[in-house]
Amino acid sequence: MLVLSVTLVIFLLVASLLLYVLIRYRQRPSDSEREPAQVYGSNQIELSWTVIPILIVVMLFLTTTRVILDTEAAPKPSSALDVTVVGHQFWWEYRYPKLGVVTANELHVPISDPAKPTPTYLSLSSADTDHSFWVPRLAGKTDLIPNRLNTMWIDPQKPGLYLGQCAQYCGTQHALMLLRVYAQSPEDFAAWIKQQQRPAEQNLSGNSAAAEGQTVFMHSACINCHTIAGTVASGRYGPDLTHVASRDTIASGPVKNTPENLRQWIADPNSMKPGVLMPSMHLNDHDLDVITAYLTTLH
Amino acid sequence: MANAIPVLEAIDQTLETKRRPPLDVVYEWVSTVDHKKIGLMYIAYALLFLLIGGFEAVLIRIQLAVPNNHFVSPQVFNRLFTMHGTTMVFFMGMPILFGFGNYLVPLMIGARDMAFPRLNAFSFWISAFGGLLLYFSYLGGDGLYGMGSAPDVGWFAYAPLTARIFSPGHSTDYWTLSLLLTGIGTTGTALNIMTTTICMRCKGMKLTRMPLFVWLMVVTSFLVFVAVSPLTAAQIMLTLDRYLGAHFFDTQAGGSAVLWMHFFWIFGHPEVYILVLPVFGFVSEIIPVFSRKAIFGYPAMVAASVAIGFISLSVWAHHMFTVGMGPAGNTFFVFSTMVISVPTGIKIFNWLGTLWGGKIIFKVPMMFCIAFLFQFLVAGLTGIMLSAAPFDWQLAGSYFLIAHFHYVLVGAIVTGLFGAFYYWYPKVTGRMMSETLGKWHFWLFIIGFHLTFDFMHLTGTLGMPRRIYTYEAGRGWEGLNLIIGIGALFQTVGTLIFVYNLVRSYYHGEIAGHDPWDAWTLEWATPSPPPAYNFAVEPTVRSRRPLWDLKHPEDQDENYE
Repeated sequence: MLVLSVTLVIFLLVASLLLYVLIRYRQRPSDSEREPAQVYGSNQIELSWTVIPILIVVMLFLTTTRVILDTEAAPKPSSALDVTVVGHQFWWEYRYPKLGVVTANELHVPISDPAKPTPTYLSLSSADTDHSFWVPRLAGKTDLIPNRLNTMWIDPQKPGLYLGQCAQYCGTQHALMLLRVYAQSPEDFAAWIKQQQRPAEQNLSGNSAAAEGQTVFMHSACINCHTIAGTVASGRYGPDLTHVASRDTIASGPVKNTPENLRQWIADPNSMKPGVLMPSMHLNDHDLDVITAYLTTLH
Repeated sequence: MANAIPVLEAIDQTLETKRRPPLDVVYEWVSTVDHKKIGLMYIAYALLFLLIGGFEAVLIRIQLAVPNNHFVSPQVFNRLFTMHGTTMVFFMGMPILFGFGNYLVPLMIGARDMAFPRLNAFSFWISAFGGLLLYFSYLGGDGLYGMGSAPDVGWFAYAPLTARIFSPGHSTDYWTLSLLLTGIGTTGTALNIMTTTICMRCKGMKLTRMPLFVWLMVVTSFLVFVAVSPLTAAQIMLTLDRYLGAHFFDTQAGGSAVLWMHFFWIFGHPEVYILVLPVFGFVSEIIPVFSRKAIFGYPAMVAASVAIGFISLSVWAHHMFTVGMGPAGNTFFVFSTMVISVPTGIKIFNWLGTLWGGKIIFKVPMMFCIAFLFQFLVAGLTGIMLSAAPFDWQLAGSYFLIAHFHYVLVGAIVTGLFGAFYYWYPKVTGRMMSETLGKWHFWLFIIGFHLTFDFMHLTGTLGMPRRIYTYEAGRGWEGLNLIIGIGALFQTVGTLIFVYNLVRSYYHGEIAGHDPWDAWTLEWATPSPPPAYNFAVEPTVRSRRPLWDLKHPEDQDENYE
């Protein structure tokens, strides 16, 4: 805020001086041919407009340093939640190491009470190119850089959905690598964690399409890229699908998670997010139907 | 205007132009080593790329005018913003400014040509080839598997996106090689400017009597020497990574993405000062003439320019505040960046001091310089905002940042350049540009500029990142992006009027004579256009404004300096 006020004041001051000068000293038709008085400089004036800006800079620098330290050197409370974020082209992997949860694209965190803060500390890294985690209403951005570990923290105090997106150009679909952060009350968050800790529902006897879909899935190349906990699918290249049906969106944000959209995504991801790295699996209609039926059971 | 000096009037009258066979003319230009012709070739080449780069920008703005647009595919969009940035910085900005420098520096110091005329020609032709090579990528970038076309890695080409696995085909290599070549040309020209200025000033022209434009070109050349090498080195390292199995930036094998950023920005930040300092020079020449007063505080202006040059070498990692350098690193670069605002502010105050008490004439060159002053002020202030790292953590990589740097690049640099065109066109061609068309150009361009870049600050503060080919509705960005697009159209029309003015005035402009603006530096003592040898007799000067001394024998500058 201080930076904004100082720059605003400087702008108003200098711009109005400029405007004044342009009006007051404009050439008028009645002016004689004589040139105005030639003034080559003024030591006092020039000294003052050197010293005053230096003082302003020192003040801005000191206040900025304090904010930097408050942010980057803040002591980490023991009650902080740890989340590991891995950026991929073009989706987000989230791991909660102490809670045994792996998910993708939709980050759930507990809200924090200023009296007893429970911020979320994010460890940021990347599986491929540079990315950047930017949810404006929660924090400034920090980059996800391969072969490097960065850390940032967020401390939401109001529950709700916070939107953002990748803020470092990472390739063709950088634009649709969206961020969705769900800040929840401690109870809601605990319930979500419990749900996410469960492996995938194995008993699909009540749903023949889903059962068939599971069989097709487990015999397709899908399992090489995706993980579904409790099954043979253990690929790490694409998002974890164990609880895919519990998410509001797919494709890292731009597509609503409905059975129709899910089916189309699997049929041809490029039709919804051109340039995405998931190939079309060239499945026939029947396989698409049953796989979709299976995935929609994965709450 | 003032009375013509009799000797020069006589020279004007003896010069004649005769029609010559076209092939002769072509050969003359292709083989010339005359700094004036080379300067003009740089400028013409840059104008072509201004139009191409501008066209790329218009396509970008059309795609972003409405949410979820399908005007161009994401792949095409990513090439468009990469080519727009690369073109405007390297094939518009650099050549046009070095073109003006080439043309004006020898004239302003009373020299006959540059110190190394053949190096001068070589520098132009290799830079020109670089630009053509970059655009050839649209045809040749395919590589083995039909991938790639023009480069699409962004103008600063962050690793590891530029690694072979993430950028197959040859598009990245076109980016690398074309810039490498143009860097050679830039270095050659900088060498020429430095040597010419140090060794070839006319009698009486001490360093402290050189026009400010020449000083600024010297500082610019110094920056070129220091800054271009890191870029060239990084590009060689990148090519080694891509083709010879090196892993400098290959993070999959333990290399460092941050290393590329340091190399690039050690070049990249001085680069933007290389782009802006010559424009400070233009403005420092034009504002005094149209205020009818000497520049206020010449020694401070020189000191500030040199200070800006040195300090600009120490600020580069303010482009990397979000990379996680830690509080110590971040704090240092906050400090160095804030410090550079002091000499920059001094320059603005000195320009203000020049206007104060003057007799301000609102002809088109001056109008552009006044727009420069307001716009550069804003650009500098948003720069100070961004220099506060916590502020930058929110707004780097967003449209606020794009608005800031376009305020500098378009609002200050291009605006100042337009002023320079209208001011020196009469010297180059012997004819005045049309004031009426100039005013249309000015107003359309300035209105368009503000529609686009003022509102762009808002999209950034509302969370819109850069380099996205589309966006969802409902984030509050739609209306703003539409206004931004409309501004782009205004700027396009203004620029086209400018180009028309350039061409039309060549044939129909009012004859200018040697000194249409009643100015004071040596270039105005030659005929318009100057003969190949510039000065029949080497001038002798006794102050910073030799023509003022001639016109005001009762009140010469040397009594006050």
